[in-house]
Amino acid sequence: MAVRVQEEDFDLGVEAAALRGSGDAGALVTFSGIVRGGEGDVAAMTLEHYPGMTEAALEEIEAEACARWDLSASLIIHRVGRLMPGENIMMVAAASRHRKAAFEAAEFLMDYLKTRAPFWKKEETPEGARWVDAREADDDAASRWAK
Amino acid sequence: MKVMYFAWLREKTAISSEEVDGAGLATVSDLVEALRAKGARHAAAFEDVSAVKVAVDQKVVGFDASLEGAAEVAFFPPMTGG
Repeated sequence: MAVRVQEEDFDLGVEAAALRGSGDAGALVTFSGIVRGGEGDVAAMTLEHYPGMTEAALEEIEAEACARWDLSASLIIHRVGRLMPGENIMMVAAASRHRKAAFEAAEFLMDYLKTRAPFWKKEETPEGARWVDAREADDDAASRWAK
Repeated sequence: MKVMYFAWLREKTAISSEEVDGAGLATVSDLVEALRAKGARHAAAFEDVSAVKVAVDQKVVGFDASLEGAAEVAFFPPMTGG
């Protein structure tokens, strides 16, 4: 179970390969978020975070996932700093014996991360820079996991 | 205690953090009132508190939360990670 907050890029394949030998895992699910390009002319996106709380919040989310599902391994990597369209922003991975737990845990990690991890995105556009607004859909997604 | 600002709150206050004397401030709301009174920039940052979230010692709490023993209070907009 690991959490990394970093400026550097990561390689999804390398990270997935590292998790492949985890315990008795027969299933490995990964998700990666990418800076969208093309629409709205976003030239770059900067991710700000709350050092200390960011890592603690992600670890808490991961611990929650491990408590709810039987996971052989889990991983969250989230980048910070200035990113360009097409670049990796973050990834989550969940490994388990069978696929149901891996799929559900990966989705849970994403839904909770969207609303409980202290990151803030600022987009640069030709009209100027603007802070991205939180989406109600993300709150709805997170609340469906309420026990 | 240390008070921290993130994202557009940091841009409005023009500072990322400051030390505040917590004496007489029982809740986060009390702190917000005290910060508003500091000047125009702070008042602008807290003009619409419905857009502001708060964490005390790195745990998200409500504005009615107690500040007893708090070392660090952070104000920020709803999170947009992922």
